[in-house]
Amino acid sequence: MQPSNSGDVAYDDPWYDALASGWGESAGAGVPPARRERDTTAAAADVYLEVQRSAAFQEVRRRYRRFVVPAVFVFFTWYVAYVVTATTSPDLLARPVAGAVNVGLLAGLGQFLSTFLLTWAYVRHARLRRDRAALELRWGAQELARGRGGPS
Amino acid sequence: MTVDHRTTALLLFALFVAVTLGITTWVSRHRQGSAEEFYAGGRLFSPMENGFALAGDYMSAASFLGISGLICLVGYDGMLYSVGFLVAWLVVLFLVAELVRNCGRFTLADVVAARMRERPVRIAAGTSSVTVSVLYLVAQMVGAGSLVALLLGGTGGAAQAWTVVGVGVLMVIYVSLGGMRATTWIQIVKAVLLLVGTVALTVLVLLRFHGDLNLLLHTAAERSGHGDAFLAPGLAYGADWTARFDFISLGLALVLGTAGLPHILSRFYTVPTARAARRSVVWAIGLIGGFYLMTIVLGFGAAALIGPDAVRASHASGNTAVPLLALDLGGGAGTTGGTVLFAVVAAIAFATILAVVAGITLASSASVAHDLYASLRRRGGKPRSEVAVARVAAAGIGLLAIALGLLARDLNVAFLVGLAFAVAASANLPVLLYSLFWRGFTTRGAVWSVYGGLVPAVVLVLLSPVVSGSPDSLFPGVDFQLFPLQNPGLVSIPLGFLAGWLGTVTSAEVPDEARHAETEVRALTGAGAV
Repeated sequence: MQPSNSGDVAYDDPWYDALASGWGESAGAGVPPARRERDTTAAAADVYLEVQRSAAFQEVRRRYRRFVVPAVFVFFTWYVAYVVTATTSPDLLARPVAGAVNVGLLAGLGQFLSTFLLTWAYVRHARLRRDRAALELRWGAQELARGRGGPS
Repeated sequence: MTVDHRTTALLLFALFVAVTLGITTWVSRHRQGSAEEFYAGGRLFSPMENGFALAGDYMSAASFLGISGLICLVGYDGMLYSVGFLVAWLVVLFLVAELVRNCGRFTLADVVAARMRERPVRIAAGTSSVTVSVLYLVAQMVGAGSLVALLLGGTGGAAQAWTVVGVGVLMVIYVSLGGMRATTWIQIVKAVLLLVGTVALTVLVLLRFHGDLNLLLHTAAERSGHGDAFLAPGLAYGADWTARFDFISLGLALVLGTAGLPHILSRFYTVPTARAARRSVVWAIGLIGGFYLMTIVLGFGAAALIGPDAVRASHASGNTAVPLLALDLGGGAGTTGGTVLFAVVAAIAFATILAVVAGITLASSASVAHDLYASLRRRGGKPRSEVAVARVAAAGIGLLAIALGLLARDLNVAFLVGLAFAVAASANLPVLLYSLFWRGFTTRGAVWSVYGGLVPAVVLVLLSPVVSGSPDSLFPGVDFQLFPLQNPGLVSIPLGFLAGWLGTVTSAEVPDEARHAETEVRALTGAGAV
């Protein structure tokens, strides 16, 4: 597979980058051996160090962390606050809002809603901000490794 | 419960068994016996298929019957379970799914061993994965046994014992003959059945109340005898501080445990890429979120239509709430509609248990063959022989689960599930997160963090009121209870993280920079991923 095949069409569908990754050819008898058993030469190891130090990779990592760290903090705090409030001060959650609905029911449904929203936001962020750069890095690393006779 | 219920339910269940055995035969017709095929289904599943399978693996009978029943009995406090089980998937989506897909091949230990000295790390991670799986498996087996007694009226111990044996034999057949491919399709069939059944019941409940949720909640509160307190927290976990801490502990275990469950982690290897893994988690979150929202409606619906007292009279911990609700929604006892709906719910519950145990058995056989056997016996064995070991391991785990399931027949199912989550969160999650995100993490840190979470979790349970010192204990006669909480998560999860940190800072080993670079680059880009 040529890296150039991973253009716009391929980019939108995981099935295409799946095929492009090269496992398709090796399905069946030629199952790749465990990676430790694989020939991890010094040259191949250098490839990963080189990619890790590249500005493009640092940017992908920065984008990933800048979304995930605050998002984990937000949902975890919100969840723990909910559980702790429910167990320590049930009166707060028992306050009626409208009809039979009270603060507690709204908070519970709010947990569902925030989970769905964060899922949507993460997927959107990954698709728009990370996927293309990550795919290019992947090809770059594999090309580099191939050029040096390393894995892949 | 008349004979009609039983016959219809047994017929439906036999149909499910026939279909699943058919699937097993059909998918294994071109079997090649490669490890890729056995553990990961050839990595050929689409995100949607894997999303349904993830949902199928996750939504156990404990959720379907247990949570609705709990909501019916204690109202709002039962709902906290639904929330915890769903929010947990954000940990999986953000921190685990894609990175694990890119870094590993078949098991959790693959991800950790990539950076460390392989042998000790594999043995540690393999041991904790098998422990978690067996605990979860026993919970499901015990659940299957009590379910049959409950739903089919076979109150005798023999019916219960034979159910446990039958479930064990079936799961070994699915796993050792069909591997991941058969297991995944069984999960998909089961997830669809479970969701269709739940949607149908929810629609019937809402129709009964003319779509008026306010009326539904009011009726439930009135019928419960607790009034508005039924719709607010505190009925189950508000008694004293021990109960409150116990709930916080359980809440932590639920939300952090999911990302450490071996049978969930191994699902990410069945799709071709990290992006496909991400998309399957999105499918799973949608399906699981919808399911848990509906269990809330079913729980309050059962409270409103059947009443907690009638449910409690049928089963002390409320597991019969949904079947009784189905009977009522279909037209009541003795009517055709009631009989059919009851039988359908019973059959779905069986199907749920059968599919979940198959998924867990597969994951634990992978841990035994790929991690433990490969490290302890023959390093670098051929993939083909490893699969043969995995098939035998599946049979062995089946036997172990049958034996433990028969022994633990009277144990509370919810406790076993909570324990499995607590052990997963204490032993598996810290080592996984440290390996993926901590540059300085070392072999000793990895080993310490696994055992430092696993041992306290198990020991604290042995010293808890679950095992001794209270009338409901496993051994009510003796008292060596030292730890007040039923769920060890609140203590053992921080200990797991602490042990990993301590092991790392005290070890003389210099972290391998190149291998950390490889893990990080692979995790985020997928370069070199299989």
